[in-house]
Amino acid sequence: MIAFRIDRRSGVATYLQLVQQVRQALRLGVLEPGDRLPTAREVVEAIAVNPNTVLRAYRELEREGLVEPRPGRGTFVRRSLSRAAAATDSPLRAEAAAWVARARAAGLEREDVAALAASVLDDSFPPPELPPPFIPAPRSPQTLEEDT
Amino acid sequence: MTDDPTTALRATRLGRRFRGGWALRDCDFALPAGRITALVGPNGAGKSTLFHLATGLLRPTAGELRVFGAEPGSPAARDRTAFLAQDKPLYPRFTVEETLRFGRELNGDWDQAAAERIVRAGDIPLDARVGALSQGQATRVALALAFGKRPGLLLLDEPLADLDPLVRIEAMGLVMAEVADRGITVVMSSHVLSELENACDHVLLLKQGAVRLDGDAQQLCETHVRITGLADPSTDDGLPPALDRAGVVEASVTGRQVHALLRHTGPLPGDDRWVVENPSLEDLLLAYLRSDSTPAPAPEAAA
Repeated sequence: MIAFRIDRRSGVATYLQLVQQVRQALRLGVLEPGDRLPTAREVVEAIAVNPNTVLRAYRELEREGLVEPRPGRGTFVRRSLSRAAAATDSPLRAEAAAWVARARAAGLEREDVAALAASVLDDSFPPPELPPPFIPAPRSPQTLEEDT
Repeated sequence: MTDDPTTALRATRLGRRFRGGWALRDCDFALPAGRITALVGPNGAGKSTLFHLATGLLRPTAGELRVFGAEPGSPAARDRTAFLAQDKPLYPRFTVEETLRFGRELNGDWDQAAAERIVRAGDIPLDARVGALSQGQATRVALALAFGKRPGLLLLDEPLADLDPLVRIEAMGLVMAEVADRGITVVMSSHVLSELENACDHVLLLKQGAVRLDGDAQQLCETHVRITGLADPSTDDGLPPALDRAGVVEASVTGRQVHALLRHTGPLPGDDRWVVENPSLEDLLLAYLRSDSTPAPAPEAAA
């Protein structure tokens, strides 16, 4: 189980903050396959956001195949995002560190390096596809009980 | 009587006049059921009048208002509506237990378990006198009374106005949790726009007794843009002559820079010269509160 927190000044949509925090927890191993996510009620009681925001975040995570709802039981983690190749002691990280050192030696500032890396990333990874617009359906009390 | 189950509160040409003039005039809106609507507007915009019309404490001078299809104040509407007024009227000499019993006896379909759960979650002793409670505890008891009624529609007039920040989050969390459990429709007025941003998914903005904005919060943010760029010296507002002025909510020129909030109607003239971003809900509401224009979808609203 994880606890969410909301940065109201970040400019990132609240539902996306929730999505990112679950992804981060999956990368760090804080959440593992089979773990249950907090129910919508638990989340909104703690951080005082609209329940639809939580449902929207969970739907997005479900769309990405990271979690699955189990009717009457809650929302559960399906797969992990932790990758050995991205760990702090991995060869890839060492290569990246060496590359950054060369960029710095060539006189680039931090922002130049970040811009360069971002442009290479953009070339290699297609832009993320935007999730479909979310219009919450009118709810009856029953539809939310899936989370209990 | 037509009862559209997806609409909780519907106004048709709604108007209410007091001696001083119209508090609300020609209002048309439909607030969706099962959602949380933010009722926003400056003081005197008609927010409290609207709450009093919705509870049947006032009658409209013109037009009509319907709560789940029923006339406010009728038994059908009263059973489904709970109203928490700004000053949270409670009897200070009652104990918490007596207050809940009062709610039970006034309401046929009373949820004692829910009311007690809400009170207990705040560590409030049932034998405490209401007059001796802190403001946060009193708010909790008032909310317990409102939720014990099993309302379909909960009206909250500035519910958090006098609370400290921790209690505000706790009280808002309580409202959100009950909404998550039961799919209640909430209409909540507040001046704290940043708080509404995360709590509400629908917006009704009143100004000078008229509806200025009514829609899904996310859609409104997506259909408006904040643009920054080089001011056009040939126009008064600094915006390109080709831009449709009907969609301009506000525009201001500072030196050579122009800054504007627009209803997004298509590509901007000279698209690449603009920094374009979607406004936050708070940003959007502030722009409409400041602006005197009424950018209705119809083009006759051009200033």
